Amino acid sequence: MTRRLMEGSEAIAEAGIAAGCRFFAGYPMTPFTEVLEHFARRLPETGGACINAESELEAIGMAWGALSTGARAATGSTGQGLALMQESLSEITRSELPLVVFHMARGQGDYNQATRGGGHGDYHHLVLAPIDIREATELTQLAFHLADRWRNPVVIYGDYLLAHTAEAVTIDALAFGDLPAKDWAVDGSRGGTGRSRNVNPLGMQAGARGIDPESDWRRLQAKHEEMAATEARWEALFVEDADLVVVAFGTVARFARHAVKALRSEGIAVGLVRPITLWPFPAEAVARAAEGARRVAVLEQNAGQMIDDVRLAVLGRTAVVSIGEISTDPAGFGIGDLLDPDNVRQRIEAALALPEGRA
Amino acid sequence: MSHPDGRGTVTIAADRCKGCELCIPACPPRVLRMSGVRNAQGFDVPELIPGCTGCGACALVCPDFCFEVFQYGERAPAPERP
Amino acid sequence: MSKDDRRIDTSRPPGAGAHLQSGNPTLLLHEEHDLCPGCGEPLALRVLLEVIAELACTERAIGVIGIGCYTALTSMMDVDRIQALHGRAPSVATGAKRMQPDALLFTLQGDGDMVNEGLQEVIHTAARGENVTCILLNNGVFGETGGHMTATTVVGQRTKNTLDGRDAAAHGHPIRIGDMLASLEGTAYAARGAVTNAAEVSRTRRMLKRAFETQLAGRGFSFVEVLTMCPTGWFVPTAEGPDYMDRVMTPVHRIGELKS
Repeated sequence: MTRRLMEGSEAIAEAGIAAGCRFFAGYPMTPFTEVLEHFARRLPETGGACINAESELEAIGMAWGALSTGARAATGSTGQGLALMQESLSEITRSELPLVVFHMARGQGDYNQATRGGGHGDYHHLVLAPIDIREATELTQLAFHLADRWRNPVVIYGDYLLAHTAEAVTIDALAFGDLPAKDWAVDGSRGGTGRSRNVNPLGMQAGARGIDPESDWRRLQAKHEEMAATEARWEALFVEDADLVVVAFGTVARFARHAVKALRSEGIAVGLVRPITLWPFPAEAVARAAEGARRVAVLEQNAGQMIDDVRLAVLGRTAVVSIGEISTDPAGFGIGDLLDPDNVRQRIEAALALPEGRA
Repeated sequence: MSHPDGRGTVTIAADRCKGCELCIPACPPRVLRMSGVRNAQGFDVPELIPGCTGCGACALVCPDFCFEVFQYGERAPAPERP
Repeated sequence: MSKDDRRIDTSRPPGAGAHLQSGNPTLLLHEEHDLCPGCGEPLALRVLLEVIAELACTERAIGVIGIGCYTALTSMMDVDRIQALHGRAPSVATGAKRMQPDALLFTLQGDGDMVNEGLQEVIHTAARGENVTCILLNNGVFGETGGHMTATTVVGQRTKNTLDGRDAAAHGHPIRIGDMLASLEGTAYAARGAVTNAAEVSRTRRMLKRAFETQLAGRGFSFVEVLTMCPTGWFVPTAEGPDYMDRVMTPVHRIGELKS
């Protein structure tokens, strides 16, 4: 593919297709709608299928069915639509299906929804938060790989800014290594063999008569613990001797990174930890960066959500302060005053100026 | 081909029967009746008297798949399809 | 001449000189289940499995199962299947069919599942003309959770939470889902059968076969509603289930081919 100017929604869809996504279903909702539009236009051209589902619940259901046959499939929405999908997200996780979810949020207020989930029971999704469109195209392809690798949903946490700005990008298909065959998928062919397959959320194996949810849920727990131990990703900038460590994710981190680089070039000892996986949260990286620092400043565009994970990572050893806030536009889509380089720089400088102590 | 028991007969998996009695009125020649004998689950189970035609109605209405239906003599060839 | 009423030994098959006329479906993995005595759902399962085999679709059938009493029967079905959420089988079947267009996709759902929780799913799937077959097991109650009223419960029907009978003023009227789906252009075949006696079971069997043939011919959405006895939910002795069906259910949910 030649390098060309693409809006984030299109680039994400193209990256999904490059990763072999063959099915997509979604319901229009700002700022996710264009992702659906691009899949709807492009998937039929590649031999796949895209359905404009009549509701978010039906969209995720359709993806569920496609996934069960072994195809790479995805859905998405924004926070409100994801809220409708929660039962299905939980059960798809229990069915161990490799769903990719494009969560185009209206700002960063859906961090808790994405990382804690609103579904029932103990479950986790890998959550990847790209900083810009180029990274979004890479993380989208990675998402399909990790989803298959772990047989678990993976969420791409994007937002309005990511979906609706344009950058010049090239999308090359990335290789991530071999994956096991999908010997659990159904296509009808095991009918009549005595070993027909059952894609189900209870861990029922072929020929099983009863269910054992306790064993199955514990097995999933062990899988999630292994994911937590091995899949954390982050970017750390200038943290070795940082006096103040800024923690930020997604498009907001782009502004933080810009300010941190500028301040560093002026000799100010500030650093940045940018979680790329929101789950698993890179707690060790944050703790290590915080060790020698006087303070950790959390910049997020919400009432304070990721800051809880930062506090858990730091465990009181270093002061943690919030330098973010709710910030949005009159339509509530997340384009607020916080997304401004000068505004962000001033917040970091204010944190630097705080006296020694817990605040 | 004649047999003293009728044109057909059945086997009944009585241990699985739940005594629902749906088979009794379903049998066209009315040769199934409740036996008064209870199985290990405590259900009264049906029994067969002569006159079965092997029609298979009992098998169709039994929720517990208790019936296998037999006909005496050779199986009739499948009718020619148009 | 007095009738010969000696008891015949039915504990083992007859010897040579007899042939098996009707055995259990080849796709039935085992026969034991814990559904109530007199439940009509296994009767529907029987003919469903027979029809899949008869149409030579054993190795191309995918069932999407809803949540209700019948879910416990799925371990008996030797077909590839997907377990869906309550009400959500039609969308799952849609996605699976789009990726496996040569597969024979069917859903198996109860009335609480399909007509309560999942009403929009089945209507949209039908309207879209998806080449799948949705199968409804309709007994007018939420069997698995204790026998409460559903959207198909008939006015006057006594259920766990309408002990004096469903009252139209308080609880509204039932939805005749088969008739509703038959009115949609995307629906190519719709029928309602019952399992009250052998003749009705055979008729239901023919409906299932025609529904699957509709799908295999790519003609669009097909639907079979099977009225099943629930003596437990209906507060009647098992032997009276079929009579209750005839008196209470089928006058409202009429048996027959609704669209073909």
